[in-house]
Amino acid sequence: MEEIVSEIKKDYIASLLDQGKRQDGRGFDDYREIIVEKGISNKAEGSALVRIGDTQVMVGVKLAVGEPFPDMPDSGVLTTNAELIPLASPTFEKGPPDENTIELARVVDRGIRESGCIDLEKLCIAEGEKVWIVFVDIHVLDYDGNLFDASSLGSIAALLDTRLPKIEDGRILYGEKTRKKLPVVDKPVETTYAKIGNNIILDPSLDEELVMDARLTVATTEKGEICAMQKGGAGTYTREEILDIVSRSIDKGKELRKYL
Amino acid sequence: MKIGQPEKFIIDGKRLDGRKPDEMREVKIQAGVLKRADGSALVEWGGNKVIAACYGPREVHPRHLAKSDKAILRCTYNMAPFSVSDRKRPGPDRRSVEISKVTRLALEPVIFTNLYPRTTIDVFIEVLQANAGTRCTGITAASVALADAGIPMRDLVPACAAGKVGGEVVLDLFDIEDNYGEADLPVALIPKNNEITLLQMDGNFTKKEFEKALDLAIQGCMKIYELQKGALRERYGGE
Repeated sequence: MEEIVSEIKKDYIASLLDQGKRQDGRGFDDYREIIVEKGISNKAEGSALVRIGDTQVMVGVKLAVGEPFPDMPDSGVLTTNAELIPLASPTFEKGPPDENTIELARVVDRGIRESGCIDLEKLCIAEGEKVWIVFVDIHVLDYDGNLFDASSLGSIAALLDTRLPKIEDGRILYGEKTRKKLPVVDKPVETTYAKIGNNIILDPSLDEELVMDARLTVATTEKGEICAMQKGGAGTYTREEILDIVSRSIDKGKELRKYL
Repeated sequence: MKIGQPEKFIIDGKRLDGRKPDEMREVKIQAGVLKRADGSALVEWGGNKVIAACYGPREVHPRHLAKSDKAILRCTYNMAPFSVSDRKRPGPDRRSVEISKVTRLALEPVIFTNLYPRTTIDVFIEVLQANAGTRCTGITAASVALADAGIPMRDLVPACAAGKVGGEVVLDLFDIEDNYGEADLPVALIPKNNEITLLQMDGNFTKKEFEKALDLAIQGCMKIYELQKGALRERYGGE
């Protein structure tokens, strides 16, 4: 389903931005209030709840033992999945994942995977036979804009929170967590900038997302390098706008990382 | 390290397939290759072979998807099971759903959808043979197919990727570089006003490397643009 937004609201948001203001009083480079809670589930091996403003995303990490990919016999496996459940918004529908859900999961996955933040080789149990499989499941609870940043922040928080369960005689004892953490060696974060008219703003709220022309998500590492990007929306960006967003993302990433 | 990873990607200034870092693979574009489609194009790009067809503007099914003020654009990217080394299971997977979406968003900005309310323009992209860079090949083919179908557009949309292998920024990765390289950056461009409609990236770039790769990809798009125009001239005449 599609959310409908009135022309009046569209004009209002755009003209406010032209005066350098936002609907909720934020500056162009401000996040809404961010709250990160770790360890909110005792069944998951790691978990986190992230709020950015009224957006709420819960992320759970489950671990299983399985076979590695044939071309990487000594590496653990990472899979990221997202669910936009109908509980979270009147526009979300039940059923198989739609393209927005798939895009969200894949962009978050790329940020984690390409940063190399999980040292997958340390997750090998027996080469070519047994490795840890890390399932990152993103559960959106309340959708009020900017799911990319909330989901990726939640995923890293949940990975940092993860403790390996005990293995006895090749069986996983899920009830008995060890104190061993996942080998998380970097903290990549994603920052999303929306373009409305000629203005570029961080962390679009739902209203801003509904009227935006385009968005650009940039994942950055602790070193200040770029590890993933995704443009969204049917609008366009100029070369200069992209380079500007990349610089702003590297700066903002540092701030976002403090919540982990 | 992945199995099969080459030790070096660039030897004496040449890449593993003999190209220079800023050199593109050979690209051939042909417009109007299918009889039944309203517009079509075949793009052979290095080892890639991608065919695109355009149908429409036509009636929308299911009808509730129709928009009262403009045409909708629907894009489907699909890979033939025999297009890759390990047979691809037929039907949409997560990757092709995402590529279909970004393809639509890459093409939509140039189409005058407001001229055909309550209709759909359907684009089908079929990868017959894959060798890295199929989404760029697909967008390049799709925009020629749209033009071949006579859909009013502001401009064509060429696409091209840049990346990083062995620490060096290079244009247009082929499969070994794509599998084992350090970064990939596909870009689609509206050449008329230099606006970027597709931008994805994975891997690892510093800010400086990213800027260099972006500029290289834009240059690649401009070369593809000339070939696209050439293909349309070939089919419809004109100088």
